Amino acid sequence: MLLNNLIYIVIGMAIVTYIPRLIPFVFINDLKENSFTKRFMKLIPYTALSALIFPGIITATNSTLSAMIGGIVAIVLSYLELNVVIVIISSIMSIIIFQLVI
Amino acid sequence: MKFQSRFIKGIIKGSHISIGYIPIGISFGLIAKALDIPNEVVILMSLIVYAGASQFMAVSLMSTGIGMVEIVLTTFIVNLRHLLMSASLSQKVHKNADEKLLPIIAFGITDETFAYISMADQEELSDAWILGINIVAYLSWVGSTVVGLYLSASLPDIIQSSMGISLYAMFIALLVPNIKGKSVLLKITGISIISSSILYFIPVISKNISSGWRVIITILISSAIGAFFYEEEVNAIE
Repeated sequence: MLLNNLIYIVIGMAIVTYIPRLIPFVFINDLKENSFTKRFMKLIPYTALSALIFPGIITATNSTLSAMIGGIVAIVLSYLELNVVIVIISSIMSIIIFQLVI
Repeated sequence: MKFQSRFIKGIIKGSHISIGYIPIGISFGLIAKALDIPNEVVILMSLIVYAGASQFMAVSLMSTGIGMVEIVLTTFIVNLRHLLMSASLSQKVHKNADEKLLPIIAFGITDETFAYISMADQEELSDAWILGINIVAYLSWVGSTVVGLYLSASLPDIIQSSMGISLYAMFIALLVPNIKGKSVLLKITGISIISSSILYFIPVISKNISSGWRVIITILISSAIGAFFYEEEVNAIE
């Protein structure tokens, strides 16, 4: 992709990221508790992360198998509530070890 | 208390957040470099977007050559949760803050700064204190991005190829502890994965939509299903 296009994307990202952060401070007005919109907003972090993880993860490394191993390591360690950084490093390490052994 | 001393208290509190941000910022720099994104684009992103998960997502989408509109729209949807965080914070903050500083405070709202600010007691809460927290978190994010970019130059191939998993591991590490033992969130995660898999694995559909749109459609459909069918359970989520 052209450098200029990438810069435009970043500027676009900055604008659409800043607007939701700013608007509530400009128009101080809470969403109605227990409304459909409020529930919809509450679920976005979970549905967005799920959509970002799968199925993209299966093409994250050189092979589907190594990516699945890295994914399983990450799921197990984060289930044990280890620190994010430890989860990331262990997941990478498991794939490096897998590549070295195969 | 004076503006300066509240500001310094905020800086001290913010340094706790930077301990978490520095390794992730370094990972971001490393990954962006591994994906061949130009340095100036990566640094500009940390400077003016300043939103971790969406930045990881954006560099991975950029490397696959996905369209501008999809990347910006996906960023918007991923970061839309800040609307709610800012909304709840604005209720607490506006009484204790100079109106002119609110646009600067708003820029610094992230999941982590939100967590700290929303837990503060009313006495602690002030514009100076929030700015102190936000500035430390911001500088550590931008600084560690630069460090990550610089480090990656000497990484061996086998490590670079394995680093493709990092952002997925990060998303997993953010998602799993938050849905663990919460049956409604497990169900909604399942619905999202099913939706996203249908859009990916059914050739008629996947031929016609990019991965950017796949994410957007999955978010809209599965959030709507969750909000509609699990009313009480979702209302109860903090």
